[in-house]
Amino acid sequence: MSAHVLPDVTRADQFAYIIRLADDNLVYSHRLAEWIAWAPQLEEDMALTNIGLDLLGQARLMLTLAGELEGEGNGEDDLAYLREEQDFRCVDLVEQKYLHEFGNEIARLLVWSAYTVPLYEGLLESRNATLAEIAAKGIKEVRYHLDHAVSWVTRLGDGTEESHERMQKGLQDVWPLTADLFAVDDLLERMMRAGIAPDMERVEAAWRSIVTEAIERATLTVPDVNPRHGKGRQGVHSEHLGYALAEMQYVHRLHPGATW
Amino acid sequence: MNAISSEEGQAKAAPPTSGKADQNTADDAKAGHAKKAEAVRTESRKPDAGNSGNASDAWKLYEVFIRPRRGVNHSHVGSIHAPDSDMALRNARDLYTRRQEGVSIWVVASNDITANSPDEKDSYFDPAGDKIYRHPTFYDVPEGVQM
Repeated sequence: MSAHVLPDVTRADQFAYIIRLADDNLVYSHRLAEWIAWAPQLEEDMALTNIGLDLLGQARLMLTLAGELEGEGNGEDDLAYLREEQDFRCVDLVEQKYLHEFGNEIARLLVWSAYTVPLYEGLLESRNATLAEIAAKGIKEVRYHLDHAVSWVTRLGDGTEESHERMQKGLQDVWPLTADLFAVDDLLERMMRAGIAPDMERVEAAWRSIVTEAIERATLTVPDVNPRHGKGRQGVHSEHLGYALAEMQYVHRLHPGATW
Repeated sequence: MNAISSEEGQAKAAPPTSGKADQNTADDAKAGHAKKAEAVRTESRKPDAGNSGNASDAWKLYEVFIRPRRGVNHSHVGSIHAPDSDMALRNARDLYTRRQEGVSIWVVASNDITANSPDEKDSYFDPAGDKIYRHPTFYDVPEGVQM
Protein backbone atom coordinates (compact mmCIF):
# COMPACT_ATOMS: atom_id res chain seq x y z
CA MET A 1 0.00 0.00 0.00
CA SER A 2 1.59 3.19 -1.17
CA ALA A 3 -0.09 5.17 1.60
CA HIS A 4 2.30 3.62 4.13
CA VAL A 5 5.48 4.20 2.16
CA LEU A 6 7.69 6.73 3.92
CA PRO A 7 11.27 6.96 2.62
CA ASP A 8 12.88 7.04 6.08
CA VAL A 9 10.76 4.42 7.88
CA THR A 10 10.59 0.69 7.26
CA ARG A 11 7.25 -1.03 7.07
CA ALA A 12 8.55 -3.61 9.53
CA ASP A 13 9.16 -0.89 12.10
CA GLN A 14 5.69 0.56 11.59
CA PHE A 15 4.18 -2.89 11.91
CA ALA A 16 6.09 -3.54 15.13
CA TYR A 17 4.95 -0.24 16.62
CA ILE A 18 1.30 -0.47 15.61
CA ILE A 19 0.95 -4.07 16.76
CA ARG A 20 1.86 -2.84 20.27
CA LEU A 21 -0.99 -0.34 20.23
CA ALA A 22 -3.35 -2.95 18.78
CA ASP A 23 -2.47 -5.66 21.30
CA ASP A 24 -2.90 -3.35 24.28
CA ASN A 25 -6.39 -2.49 23.07
CA LEU A 26 -7.30 -6.06 22.14
CA VAL A 27 -6.26 -7.65 25.42
CA TYR A 28 -7.74 -4.90 27.58
CA SER A 29 -11.02 -5.15 25.68
CA HIS A 30 -11.11 -8.84 26.61
CA ARG A 31 -10.53 -8.02 30.28
CA LEU A 32 -13.36 -5.48 30.26
CA ALA A 33 -15.69 -7.91 28.50
CA GLU A 34 -15.17 -10.37 31.36
CA TRP A 35 -17.09 -7.98 33.63
CA ILE A 36 -20.41 -8.63 31.93
CA ALA A 37 -22.80 -9.82 34.66
CA TRP A 38 -20.20 -9.20 37.40
CA ALA A 39 -20.13 -5.41 37.85
CA PRO A 40 -21.84 -3.91 40.91
CA GLN A 41 -24.91 -3.15 38.79
CA LEU A 42 -26.35 -4.07 35.41
CA GLU A 43 -25.72 -0.48 34.35
CA GLU A 44 -22.00 -0.80 35.08
CA ASP A 45 -21.86 -4.15 33.23
CA MET A 46 -22.96 -2.22 30.18
CA ALA A 47 -20.64 0.72 30.80
CA LEU A 48 -17.51 -1.43 31.14
CA THR A 49 -18.32 -3.68 28.21
CA ASN A 50 -19.22 -0.64 26.07
CA ILE A 51 -15.75 0.67 26.78
CA GLY A 52 -14.35 -2.76 25.94
CA LEU A 53 -16.19 -2.70 22.61
CA ASP A 54 -14.75 0.74 21.82
CA LEU A 55 -11.27 -0.63 22.48
CA LEU A 56 -11.99 -3.70 20.36
CA GLY A 57 -13.07 -1.43 17.51
CA GLN A 58 -9.81 0.49 17.78
CA ALA A 59 -7.86 -2.78 17.96
CA ARG A 60 -9.52 -4.07 14.80
CA LEU A 61 -8.57 -0.99 12.79
CA MET A 62 -5.01 -1.15 14.12
CA LEU A 63 -4.68 -4.87 13.41
CA THR A 64 -5.93 -4.35 9.86
CA LEU A 65 -3.40 -1.57 9.36
CA ALA A 66 -0.67 -3.72 10.92
CA GLY A 67 -1.56 -6.59 8.59
CA GLU A 68 -1.20 -4.31 5.55
CA LEU A 69 2.18 -3.09 6.77
CA GLU A 70 3.36 -6.62 7.47
CA GLY A 71 2.52 -7.57 3.89
CA GLU A 72 2.05 -11.28 4.49
CA GLY A 73 -1.65 -11.37 3.79
CA ASN A 74 -2.72 -11.47 7.44
CA GLY A 75 -6.02 -9.80 8.24
CA GLU A 76 -7.34 -8.66 11.62
CA ASP A 77 -8.66 -12.12 12.51
CA ASP A 78 -5.38 -13.86 11.66
CA LEU A 79 -3.46 -11.46 13.85
CA ALA A 80 -5.95 -11.54 16.72
CA TYR A 81 -6.71 -15.25 16.81
CA LEU A 82 -3.83 -17.12 15.27
CA ARG A 83 -0.75 -15.57 16.83
CA GLU A 84 0.89 -17.28 19.80
CA GLU A 85 1.42 -15.69 23.17
CA GLN A 86 5.03 -14.75 22.45
CA ASP A 87 3.95 -12.88 19.30
CA PHE A 88 1.84 -10.48 21.33
CA ARG A 89 3.34 -7.13 22.31
CA CYS A 90 0.95 -5.85 25.00
CA VAL A 91 2.06 -4.55 28.40
CA ASP A 92 1.52 -6.34 31.73
CA LEU A 93 -0.98 -3.67 32.82
CA VAL A 94 -3.66 -4.81 30.36
CA GLU A 95 -3.04 -8.51 31.03
CA GLN A 96 -3.87 -8.48 34.75
CA LYS A 97 -7.10 -10.17 35.71
CA TYR A 98 -9.00 -7.82 38.02
CA LEU A 99 -12.42 -9.43 37.72
CA HIS A 100 -14.26 -9.03 41.08
CA GLU A 101 -11.79 -6.33 42.19
CA PHE A 102 -13.78 -3.32 41.07
CA GLY A 103 -11.37 -0.83 42.68
CA ASN A 104 -8.48 -2.32 40.71
CA GLU A 105 -10.42 -2.27 37.45
CA ILE A 106 -11.37 1.37 37.92
CA ALA A 107 -7.78 2.24 38.84
CA ARG A 108 -6.61 0.52 35.64
CA LEU A 109 -9.25 2.33 33.59
CA LEU A 110 -8.06 5.63 35.05
CA VAL A 111 -4.35 5.13 34.32
CA TRP A 112 -5.15 3.59 30.94
CA SER A 113 -7.53 6.24 29.62
CA ALA A 114 -5.40 9.06 31.05
CA TYR A 115 -2.68 7.55 28.82
CA THR A 116 -4.75 7.02 25.66
CA VAL A 117 -6.16 10.56 25.64
CA PRO A 118 -2.77 12.33 25.26
CA LEU A 119 -1.44 9.39 23.18
CA TYR A 120 -4.21 9.75 20.60
CA GLU A 121 -3.95 13.52 20.68
CA GLY A 122 -0.32 13.06 19.71
CA LEU A 123 -1.14 10.40 17.10
CA LEU A 124 -3.45 12.87 15.34
CA GLU A 125 -0.20 14.31 13.93
CA SER A 126 1.30 10.92 13.02
CA ARG A 127 2.92 10.70 9.61
CA ASN A 128 1.16 7.39 9.16
CA ALA A 129 -2.08 8.87 7.83
CA THR A 130 -4.20 5.80 8.59
CA LEU A 131 -2.97 5.72 12.17
CA ALA A 132 -3.83 9.43 12.50
CA GLU A 133 -7.35 8.68 11.26
CA ILE A 134 -7.76 5.84 13.75
CA ALA A 135 -6.67 8.20 16.53
CA ALA A 136 -9.14 10.85 15.33
CA LYS A 137 -11.96 8.33 15.56
CA GLY A 138 -10.77 6.94 18.88
CA ILE A 139 -10.13 10.21 20.69
CA LYS A 140 -13.84 10.87 21.30
CA GLU A 141 -14.22 7.39 22.71
CA VAL A 142 -11.25 7.50 25.05
CA ARG A 143 -12.24 10.92 26.39
CA TYR A 144 -15.49 9.37 27.52
CA HIS A 145 -13.61 6.43 29.05
CA LEU A 146 -11.53 8.87 31.07
CA ASP A 147 -14.64 10.71 32.19
CA HIS A 148 -16.19 7.43 33.34
CA ALA A 149 -13.06 6.40 35.22
CA VAL A 150 -12.64 9.79 36.89
CA SER A 151 -16.24 9.86 38.04
CA TRP A 152 -15.85 6.43 39.67
CA VAL A 153 -12.51 7.28 41.25
CA THR A 154 -14.12 10.37 42.77
CA ARG A 155 -17.09 8.42 44.12
CA LEU A 156 -15.07 5.57 45.55
CA GLY A 157 -12.23 7.69 46.88
CA ASP A 158 -14.53 10.23 48.46
CA GLY A 159 -17.20 7.68 49.41
CA THR A 160 -17.11 5.38 52.42
CA GLU A 161 -14.09 4.22 54.39
CA GLU A 162 -14.16 0.86 52.67
CA SER A 163 -14.57 2.25 49.15
CA HIS A 164 -11.72 4.70 49.84
CA GLU A 165 -9.47 1.88 51.03
CA ARG A 166 -10.24 -0.38 48.10
CA MET A 167 -9.78 2.42 45.56
CA GLN A 168 -6.40 3.26 47.10
CA LYS A 169 -5.43 -0.42 46.99
CA GLY A 170 -6.36 -0.48 43.31
CA LEU A 171 -4.08 2.46 42.61
CA GLN A 172 -1.23 0.85 44.55
CA ASP A 173 -1.62 -2.36 42.52
CA VAL A 174 -1.70 -0.80 39.06
CA TRP A 175 0.84 1.94 39.63
CA PRO A 176 4.09 -0.04 39.17
CA LEU A 177 2.71 -1.41 35.89
CA THR A 178 2.17 2.02 34.33
CA ALA A 179 5.93 2.40 33.72
CA ASP A 180 5.74 0.12 30.66
CA LEU A 181 3.35 2.50 28.92
CA PHE A 182 6.01 5.20 28.68
CA ALA A 183 9.17 3.11 28.37
CA VAL A 184 11.07 4.17 25.26
CA ASP A 185 13.16 1.48 23.56
CA ASP A 186 15.04 1.62 20.25
CA LEU A 187 11.95 0.99 18.17
CA LEU A 188 9.86 3.64 19.89
CA GLU A 189 12.79 6.06 19.66
CA ARG A 190 12.92 5.54 15.89
CA MET A 191 9.15 5.93 15.61
CA MET A 192 9.22 9.17 17.59
CA ARG A 193 12.03 10.55 15.47
CA ALA A 194 10.19 9.59 12.28
CA GLY A 195 7.03 11.34 13.46
CA ILE A 196 5.00 8.12 13.54
CA ALA A 197 4.72 8.03 17.36
CA PRO A 198 4.17 11.09 19.55
CA ASP A 199 6.81 12.39 21.97
CA MET A 200 6.32 10.02 24.90
CA GLU A 201 7.75 12.46 27.41
CA ARG A 202 4.93 14.84 26.61
CA VAL A 203 2.39 12.03 26.76
CA GLU A 204 3.69 11.03 30.18
CA ALA A 205 3.64 14.61 31.48
CA ALA A 206 0.02 15.01 30.35
CA TRP A 207 -0.83 11.61 31.89
CA ARG A 208 0.73 12.58 35.21
CA SER A 209 -1.20 15.80 35.43
CA ILE A 210 -4.53 14.09 34.60
CA VAL A 211 -4.15 11.24 37.10
CA THR A 212 -2.75 13.46 39.85
CA GLU A 213 -5.68 15.83 39.62
CA ALA A 214 -8.23 13.00 39.59
CA ILE A 215 -6.62 11.18 42.52
CA GLU A 216 -6.21 14.24 44.70
CA ARG A 217 -9.73 15.45 44.04
CA ALA A 218 -10.95 12.03 45.20
CA THR A 219 -9.05 12.51 48.52
CA LEU A 220 -6.73 9.65 47.53
CA THR A 221 -2.94 9.56 47.43
CA VAL A 222 -0.77 9.24 44.35
CA PRO A 223 1.17 6.01 45.06
CA ASP A 224 4.87 6.35 45.75
CA VAL A 225 6.08 2.98 44.50
CA ASN A 226 8.90 1.76 42.33
CA PRO A 227 8.07 1.07 38.68
CA ARG A 228 7.99 -2.57 37.65
CA HIS A 229 9.19 -2.93 34.09
CA GLY A 230 7.79 -5.93 32.28
CA LYS A 231 8.91 -7.48 29.03
CA GLY A 232 5.57 -7.46 27.25
CA ARG A 233 6.92 -5.30 24.42
CA GLN A 234 9.46 -8.06 23.73
CA GLY A 235 6.85 -10.81 23.81
CA VAL A 236 7.58 -12.09 27.32
CA HIS A 237 4.36 -11.87 29.27
CA SER A 238 2.86 -12.16 32.72
CA GLU A 239 1.26 -15.48 33.64
CA HIS A 240 -2.19 -14.06 32.88
CA LEU A 241 -1.96 -13.60 29.11
CA GLY A 242 -1.87 -17.27 28.14
CA TYR A 243 -5.18 -17.97 29.85
CA ALA A 244 -6.77 -14.88 28.35
CA LEU A 245 -5.66 -15.84 24.84
CA ALA A 246 -6.82 -19.43 25.29
CA GLU A 247 -10.31 -18.16 26.02
CA MET A 248 -10.24 -15.46 23.37
CA GLN A 249 -8.85 -17.61 20.55
CA TYR A 250 -10.56 -20.91 21.34
CA VAL A 251 -13.64 -20.61 19.11
CA HIS A 252 -11.76 -19.25 16.13
CA ARG A 253 -9.20 -22.02 16.33
CA LEU A 254 -11.88 -24.67 16.69
CA HIS A 255 -13.82 -23.35 13.68
CA PRO A 256 -11.26 -21.56 11.49
CA GLY A 257 -12.83 -18.89 9.31
CA ALA A 258 -16.32 -19.37 10.73
CA THR A 259 -18.63 -16.38 10.38
CA TRP A 260 -22.01 -15.60 11.88
CA MET B 1 -23.31 7.98 46.69
CA ASN B 2 -23.26 10.84 49.20
CA ALA B 3 -26.67 12.08 48.25
CA ILE B 4 -28.32 8.76 48.78
CA SER B 5 -26.52 7.88 51.98
CA SER B 6 -27.52 11.13 53.67
CA GLU B 7 -31.06 10.73 52.45
CA GLU B 8 -31.24 7.28 54.00
CA GLY B 9 -29.75 8.72 57.13
CA GLN B 10 -32.44 11.37 57.35
CA ALA B 11 -35.19 8.88 56.82
CA LYS B 12 -33.89 6.65 59.59
CA ALA B 13 -33.14 9.54 61.91
CA ALA B 14 -36.58 11.10 61.54
CA PRO B 15 -38.53 9.13 64.19
CA PRO B 16 -36.34 10.06 67.20
CA THR B 17 -36.44 13.73 66.15
CA SER B 18 -40.21 13.90 66.00
CA GLY B 19 -40.45 11.92 69.24
CA LYS B 20 -38.39 14.55 71.04
CA ALA B 21 -40.37 17.41 69.54
CA ASP B 22 -43.52 16.03 71.14
CA GLN B 23 -42.16 16.85 74.57
CA ASN B 24 -42.25 20.52 73.64
CA THR B 25 -39.08 21.71 75.34
CA ALA B 26 -36.46 23.70 73.50
CA ASP B 27 -33.60 21.70 75.01
CA ASP B 28 -35.03 18.41 73.93
CA ALA B 29 -35.65 19.73 70.46
CA LYS B 30 -32.01 20.79 70.23
CA ALA B 31 -30.88 17.40 71.53
CA GLY B 32 -33.05 15.73 68.91
CA HIS B 33 -31.50 17.88 66.22
CA ALA B 34 -27.99 16.95 67.30
CA LYS B 35 -28.93 13.31 67.44
CA LYS B 36 -30.31 13.52 63.92
CA ALA B 37 -27.15 15.14 62.60
CA GLU B 38 -25.09 12.42 64.21
CA ALA B 39 -27.28 9.75 62.70
CA VAL B 40 -26.84 11.28 59.28
CA ARG B 41 -23.06 11.21 59.66
CA THR B 42 -23.02 7.63 60.88
CA GLU B 43 -25.27 6.46 58.09
CA SER B 44 -23.30 8.19 55.38
CA ARG B 45 -20.10 6.41 56.48
CA LYS B 46 -21.61 2.99 56.81
CA PRO B 47 -19.14 0.60 55.17
CA ASP B 48 -21.65 -1.30 53.08
CA ALA B 49 -22.76 1.61 50.94
CA GLY B 50 -21.28 1.21 47.49
CA ASN B 51 -20.09 -2.28 48.17
CA SER B 52 -21.00 -4.53 45.26
CA GLY B 53 -23.05 -6.87 47.40
CA ASN B 54 -25.35 -4.12 48.58
CA ALA B 55 -25.30 -1.84 45.59
CA SER B 56 -28.86 -2.63 44.59
CA ASP B 57 -30.10 -1.41 47.96
CA ALA B 58 -28.07 1.76 47.83
CA TRP B 59 -28.66 2.84 44.25
CA LYS B 60 -31.63 4.98 43.37
CA LEU B 61 -33.94 4.53 40.43
CA TYR B 62 -33.92 7.21 37.72
CA GLU B 63 -36.29 7.73 34.80
CA VAL B 64 -34.66 8.42 31.45
CA PHE B 65 -35.93 10.81 28.78
CA ILE B 66 -34.34 11.02 25.35
CA ARG B 67 -34.73 13.56 22.58
CA PRO B 68 -34.34 11.55 19.39
CA ARG B 69 -33.41 14.56 17.23
CA ARG B 70 -33.52 18.31 17.23
CA GLY B 71 -36.98 19.89 17.38
CA VAL B 72 -38.63 16.82 18.90
CA ASN B 73 -39.70 16.42 22.53
CA HIS B 74 -37.86 14.32 25.05
CA SER B 75 -39.71 11.04 25.52
CA HIS B 76 -39.60 8.58 28.36
CA VAL B 77 -37.60 5.55 27.29
CA GLY B 78 -37.08 3.59 30.49
CA SER B 79 -35.32 3.65 33.82
CA ILE B 80 -31.88 2.90 35.26
CA HIS B 81 -30.15 2.59 38.62
CA ALA B 82 -27.40 4.98 39.69
CA PRO B 83 -25.82 6.28 42.89
CA ASP B 84 -26.43 9.90 41.85
CA SER B 85 -27.66 11.98 38.95
CA ASP B 86 -24.23 12.43 37.31
CA MET B 87 -23.76 8.71 37.09
CA ALA B 88 -27.40 8.29 36.09
CA LEU B 89 -26.73 10.44 33.04
CA ARG B 90 -23.73 8.32 32.08
CA ASN B 91 -25.58 5.06 32.66
CA ALA B 92 -28.46 6.33 30.54
CA ARG B 93 -26.01 7.22 27.80
CA ASP B 94 -24.51 3.72 27.89
CA LEU B 95 -27.85 1.90 27.96
CA TYR B 96 -30.20 3.97 25.87
CA THR B 97 -28.09 5.72 23.22
CA ARG B 98 -25.92 2.83 22.04
CA ARG B 99 -27.47 2.97 18.58
CA GLN B 100 -27.61 6.72 18.13
CA GLU B 101 -31.10 6.98 19.59
CA GLY B 102 -30.70 10.52 20.80
CA VAL B 103 -29.09 13.93 20.86
CA SER B 104 -30.08 14.88 24.41
CA ILE B 105 -30.74 13.01 27.67
CA TRP B 106 -32.68 13.97 30.80
CA VAL B 107 -32.65 11.88 33.95
CA VAL B 108 -34.88 12.44 36.94
CA ALA B 109 -35.02 10.52 40.20
CA SER B 110 -38.13 8.35 40.11
CA ASN B 111 -38.92 9.47 43.67
CA ASP B 112 -39.21 13.07 42.47
CA ILE B 113 -42.04 12.24 40.10
CA THR B 114 -45.54 12.86 41.45
CA ALA B 115 -48.01 10.55 39.80
CA ASN B 116 -51.70 9.91 40.21
CA SER B 117 -52.74 6.69 41.86
CA PRO B 118 -54.23 3.96 39.68
CA ASP B 119 -57.18 3.90 42.17
CA GLU B 120 -58.08 7.41 41.12
CA LYS B 121 -58.43 6.43 37.49
CA ASP B 122 -62.21 6.73 37.46
CA SER B 123 -62.45 10.15 39.03
CA TYR B 124 -59.49 11.44 37.01
CA PHE B 125 -60.28 10.32 33.54
CA ASP B 126 -63.84 9.05 33.20
CA PRO B 127 -65.48 12.51 33.41
CA ALA B 128 -63.82 13.47 30.13
CA GLY B 129 -65.41 10.48 28.41
CA ASP B 130 -68.80 12.02 27.59
CA LYS B 131 -67.62 15.53 26.71
CA ILE B 132 -67.32 15.09 23.03
CA TYR B 133 -67.60 18.85 22.52
CA ARG B 134 -64.02 19.12 23.72
CA HIS B 135 -62.89 17.44 20.56
CA PRO B 136 -62.47 19.70 17.53
CA THR B 137 -64.93 17.66 15.48
CA PHE B 138 -67.66 20.30 15.00
CA TYR B 139 -65.93 22.39 12.41
CA ASP B 140 -66.03 22.10 8.66
CA VAL B 141 -62.48 21.63 7.58
CA PRO B 142 -61.67 23.81 4.59
CA GLU B 143 -60.58 22.00 1.53
CA GLY B 144 -56.86 21.42 1.27
CA VAL B 145 -56.16 21.45 5.02
CA GLN B 146 -54.24 18.42 6.10
CA MET B 147 -55.50 16.73 9.28
